[in-house]
Amino acid sequence: MTRLRALLGASTLLRHLVLTALAGFALYLLTLELDPFRNFQLATVAAYLCATAGLTVLTGLSGQLSLGHGALMAVGAYTVALCQNALAEHDVTGNGVLPLSLLAGVLVTMAAGAVIGLAAARLRGPYLAGVTLAVAVAVPAATVTFAELFNSEQGLGVYVEPPPPALGPYFPNERWQAWLALLGALLTMLLLANLTRGRFGRTLRAVRDDEVAARLSGIDVARAQVLAFVVSAAGAGLGGGLLAVLAQSVSPGAFSLTLSLFLLMAVVIGGLGSLAGAVWGALLLVALPDLAHELSSGLVASSPGAAQRLEGNLPLAVFGLTLIVVMIALPDGVQGLLRRLSGRARRRLPSR
Amino acid sequence: MDRFVFLTFDGLSKGAVLAAFALALVLIWRAARIVNFAQGAMAVAAAYAAYSVTAATGSYWLGLLAALAGGLLLGALVERAVMRFVDHRSPLAEVIVALGLVLVVQAGLGMVYGNEFRAVATPFSRTALEVGGIPLLSRHDLFVFGAVLLVLLGLALLFTRTAIGLRMRAAAFAPEVSRLLGVDVGGMLTLGWALASAVGALAAMLVLPTELGLHPHAMDLVFVSAFTAAVVGGLDSPPGAVVGGLSVGLILSYVSGYLGSDVTPMAVLALLLVVLLVRPGGLFAATAARQA
Repeated sequence: MTRLRALLGASTLLRHLVLTALAGFALYLLTLELDPFRNFQLATVAAYLCATAGLTVLTGLSGQLSLGHGALMAVGAYTVALCQNALAEHDVTGNGVLPLSLLAGVLVTMAAGAVIGLAAARLRGPYLAGVTLAVAVAVPAATVTFAELFNSEQGLGVYVEPPPPALGPYFPNERWQAWLALLGALLTMLLLANLTRGRFGRTLRAVRDDEVAARLSGIDVARAQVLAFVVSAAGAGLGGGLLAVLAQSVSPGAFSLTLSLFLLMAVVIGGLGSLAGAVWGALLLVALPDLAHELSSGLVASSPGAAQRLEGNLPLAVFGLTLIVVMIALPDGVQGLLRRLSGRARRRLPSR
Repeated sequence: MDRFVFLTFDGLSKGAVLAAFALALVLIWRAARIVNFAQGAMAVAAAYAAYSVTAATGSYWLGLLAALAGGLLLGALVERAVMRFVDHRSPLAEVIVALGLVLVVQAGLGMVYGNEFRAVATPFSRTALEVGGIPLLSRHDLFVFGAVLLVLLGLALLFTRTAIGLRMRAAAFAPEVSRLLGVDVGGMLTLGWALASAVGALAAMLVLPTELGLHPHAMDLVFVSAFTAAVVGGLDSPPGAVVGGLSVGLILSYVSGYLGSDVTPMAVLALLLVVLLVRPGGLFAATAARQA
């Protein structure tokens, strides 16, 4: 037992692998228990998690604010849609195709991230926020400009294989979707956890905390910042691609500026810079609209128009308020609060 | 040629509004070193106030007055109730809180008014007057130029000729020394926010009749364009904001006139990137303050 512990303590990769496998097994059991609707929600959480984990690495570790991650998700989603449809047209189908499309989505988004990152590495604070805001506004508009490729506001349908026949004829599609998305999310978390614990993470933290000191100790600051953007874009691309697969369609309305703001809220409320915080954020992104739906349908059942107005806007208002309060009162987010609480509890326990 | 002339005048009119909006950004940047990302949402809120007042009284001018008063109040409220409590050491915090405000304001407007476009009243016709057979300017454009010019002159007089303007400049330039000399630095900050927000509200009232209509998100693209204008001018300089606003307005007018209006957002992004990469200090910045 102690040897196992020493082994796990010594190797970060091994510890993360064990944790991922345990989490994967627990989630597998969970998907067997949940009904199809909850499985679909779980899949959505997993898709968002890819993006929030990427964003928290960028904003939390390297200190670069991005309001354009919704747009980067759109890049991934549209790439996956175009790949899937093009392959299906040429009768290339089967379950091996989807990972290829997702990979293409990730690669294209990484390229887009590199372009933004190159500009971002020269910008700070509000300037960077302004540029990424412009990206968030421009990308949905691009789908209208290049209408013959992206089919403007209507968007594209995405061809997605049904679950493999080996799983049986009555296998619920939502469970299959949950497996796909969870696999993507676990892979993202594993890779990001390793990356941020290692030299790359230390470099980013050094750049964030003191750029001049980082430069003096031999860190290429611009290179680190561009790399952070590329890594972060990979997460956003995978998340967007998975969302496209889940919804089996993509449209510019799904990747508006509001989505970008939501992603930022999610990582700030969850706790900037911590991957566990990204999990809280992704959960919140799915749970809060759901909660608002139940609340508003219970509140104003009398007038459907008012209920609709309330339902669409209540989550936004709650998110915005929470964001302001968290930023002022609790800058470490949920994860920071938990860490502080557990620290206090541990101190209260008698020492062994 | 006719088209070019028309687009030029249209661009100048659009640019005047962008200049006013950029000026609002510059005012807050000079006073508090914050880019107010909630400016667009706050201006839309003031425009909705005008919409309600105009609908209730039937008078455009009472509505405009309500928008200006609403802008003043909202600006003061945002500074007193929210921005004052934000940790100023981290540049991220202010931007994130402003974005939270955007969500709250837009969601609040959506809850009260609904998320559909509403027609905006304007007291002047928007059909262009013809000079020698060429359509040049509409009465609305003339109103825009007049209003923006009035604001520019008013602000210039306020900051250079009055005691309160001097105190505002001192409070922004050297807060500690000003406080020792008896200037109410916090009060000046609130006043700066209120003024900026009222200027933003006026800009929204001027630009909305030329857009699709009143909508919680109506100012999103205008904000990005005005931010670009402010950056072109260097964020720090009021004359820079005016020149930046006019040039961005002209460029966008040519782009949307010759290439189609849906290209505009991408043109704004390209313009912003080019300006920031080629001349990061802006055209009018006095110091290299970009490396915050």
